[in-house]
Amino acid sequence: MRPRLKSLLIAWLAGWALLTTGCGGREQPADIVIINGAEPESLDPQIISGQPELRVVSALFEGLTRFNAKTGDPEPALASHWEISTNGLVYTFHVRTNIAWSTGEPIVASDFVRSWLRVLKPETASDYVGILFYLKNAEKFFNGEIKDPDAVGVHAIDDRTLRVELNSPTAFFLSLCAFPTYVVVPMDVIDARGDNWIRTKPLKTSGAYTLDFWRINDRIRIRRNPRYWDNANTQNNIVDLLPITSATTALNLYLDGQADIVWDKNLVPVHLMDVLRKRPDFHTFDYLGAYFVRFNVTKKPFDDPRVRKAFALAIDRNRIVERITRGGEKPAETLVPLSTANYLPAEGLKTNPEEARRLLADAGYPGGKGFPAVEYLLNAGTSANADEKVAVELQAMWRDVLGVEVGLKPMEWKTYLAALTALDYDLARSSWIADYNDPNTFLDMFLSNNGNNRTGWKDPHYDELVHQANATVDLHKRAEIFREAETYLLRYAAPIGTIYSYAGFNYYDPKKITGIYDNPIDQHPINTIKKLK
Amino acid sequence: MYYVKRVIALVPLLLVISLIAFVLVRVAPGGPFDRERAPASPEVERALKARYHLDQPIWKQYLIYLGNLARADLGPSMKYRHHSVNDIVKQALPATLMLGALSFGFALGFGIPLGFITAARKGHWEDYGGSLVALLGICIPAFVIGPVLVMIFAIKLKWFPVGLWGSPMHAVLPTLALGLFYGGRVARLMREGMLGVLSEPYITTARAKGLAERTVLFKHAFRPAILPVVSYAGPMLADLLTGSFVIENLFQIPGIGVFMVNSSLNKDYTMIVGLVILYAVLLLVLNLVVDFLYSRLDPQVKYE
Repeated sequence: MRPRLKSLLIAWLAGWALLTTGCGGREQPADIVIINGAEPESLDPQIISGQPELRVVSALFEGLTRFNAKTGDPEPALASHWEISTNGLVYTFHVRTNIAWSTGEPIVASDFVRSWLRVLKPETASDYVGILFYLKNAEKFFNGEIKDPDAVGVHAIDDRTLRVELNSPTAFFLSLCAFPTYVVVPMDVIDARGDNWIRTKPLKTSGAYTLDFWRINDRIRIRRNPRYWDNANTQNNIVDLLPITSATTALNLYLDGQADIVWDKNLVPVHLMDVLRKRPDFHTFDYLGAYFVRFNVTKKPFDDPRVRKAFALAIDRNRIVERITRGGEKPAETLVPLSTANYLPAEGLKTNPEEARRLLADAGYPGGKGFPAVEYLLNAGTSANADEKVAVELQAMWRDVLGVEVGLKPMEWKTYLAALTALDYDLARSSWIADYNDPNTFLDMFLSNNGNNRTGWKDPHYDELVHQANATVDLHKRAEIFREAETYLLRYAAPIGTIYSYAGFNYYDPKKITGIYDNPIDQHPINTIKKLK
Repeated sequence: MYYVKRVIALVPLLLVISLIAFVLVRVAPGGPFDRERAPASPEVERALKARYHLDQPIWKQYLIYLGNLARADLGPSMKYRHHSVNDIVKQALPATLMLGALSFGFALGFGIPLGFITAARKGHWEDYGGSLVALLGICIPAFVIGPVLVMIFAIKLKWFPVGLWGSPMHAVLPTLALGLFYGGRVARLMREGMLGVLSEPYITTARAKGLAERTVLFKHAFRPAILPVVSYAGPMLADLLTGSFVIENLFQIPGIGVFMVNSSLNKDYTMIVGLVILYAVLLLVLNLVVDFLYSRLDPQVKYE
């Protein structure tokens, strides 16, 4: 037995050596290792929709503008400057003269035209195509009502000048230009390779980095692009991004020194929040995201606005942020977080148990008597987040204040989304993360024809207000109209009940890492991050 | 001849398994393209569905799938758009196989001697101590053992890394965390097997003839006693080689086990069916190997 065991052991070690050397052997260590959240579904900038994807893609591809590391505001990127017409409808961008792809060819204005038109083709199946509908005729082109791409509001005047026409003055258009859907992509490679162009080697990129490799469920390695126009300011050479979804594992790896930065809000174990918040390397900041309850207005009893308002008034938001989430989230009486740009706070519903009981009695359910059985739909399963705990807390509030027993209906993520879309629920846990720093990113969600509405609530008056706001050039006036719209949404119709606005989290040791700043859109360009030796 | 027949019989079995998996994932609520952000228009959803043939009737989808399967192509992943299932399996399987093989070795290397000793020393302290260890291995789930091992050996003592993959040191804690349960099972089976054999008349005869206890235990008892372990080893190896979600997630090992769970949460149809087929093939082939070994170890077993 003994010698046989020994030979087996030797065989395993040999097998190990073979496997590891077969896979490339020892790799050069990265300058910075970042734990980035879930494995990216794609790295195609015009396809992606999630935060982990967005962070990687922003390092590889760039648009006319980019997000400033400190403020999150748009700043010149591939365009050095621009002019905006007085009616706010025409943008003339001047593309830099010294910009090139990572493979050396120059980037010209027509590359943008072709890239943006790619998004507008239905076969590209871009989740974010709607973010291009601010361009003149873009939506019609996408729907096939217009066949001529020349009719779409983006034109290259010459190699260095790009003229963009919009449907309405869009206050946040420069922010949109920094968004991945608006970046420039190598159309020659895409035409040649189709959907799998992102896996060509070397990948032709327009941003501060090139893609070294992408090993699914292992790591993505990006490397400094020496041809990037702002290469002189890139602070590191090789960065590894690890796909990790377990909050505990992320924390362990960070504490063990195997990772320098953890930057996904889902990677903070809720049960350790109190301990973590005391650490100097734990950073929390206001983040443009809203946590709220959706009511299904197409079904009894939530077809009655009095019932919806009663439920919203019964929510004690302080109790939820102080006792459950505990990460610096702000109790929110409005849907739009208070730190949003171009925003005047609306009048939402304050917590008011008496008023809640009165409204419920008015609706025919005094003290909750005769109230039909309803269920609160939520996504379940991820241990790190607080959704289940929040649900239990809400359940208790509605029981105590209204005398109504609400059942809980946990579902896995995809099933939950399908139920939400099909309006197959009574009331549901909901959240929304801003795509850009403007109230519109939250408020256009409840337009009658918006696919993200998911409450069944349709109101022409609200639609009219939101459209009116978006047609207004004067920012203050625009903010006032948005305020009116949001107040109408929350106080009059109440298809939703607000709970809190998000906090963003990341951890890194400020003595070792510089160049990360707290900003409300949680955007941290990788090229500004530096590791001090 | 017998084994050739067995191998041929695997084909229809695999077809049935793939068909069941194929239909079940499509019947379950929610789909691969349900997202938090609603598609811009039904057009986008239609384009996506057409790309993966989801707009076709289910029997047609299955035929297309079988056509690809015949060319050993498990199809494109619906979650990770730029990776095929083959790609992902190729990338993720080595780590899982390595970890599985190590844990398999650990389970046998730990369980067989432990079971042997506890049986040979029945009623003594070695028996009680060893059986307790085996029982603990079985009872404490990996998601408890794993973090405890990490806490003690990685965070406190700093002997091993807390996670990631790439060197033999990285493999030690996951191997232990994954292998202890199986080691415990093997020890129990070995002990039962030994006790059964030791009460057989031929052992009494051997002892009556004055053979040394060593010879009795090693030469006459060991071989028949290990048979239950051998028949358990097949499914155990299949289990280990297909990876463990808990362990891979905890130690951040780039293996296939994570996909087993996540693909069903993501409704990644092709990935689920591909992995089910992979698991079925492993299980069926290993069962075949076990039967073959069995007939070698026990001359009474003959397959016709």
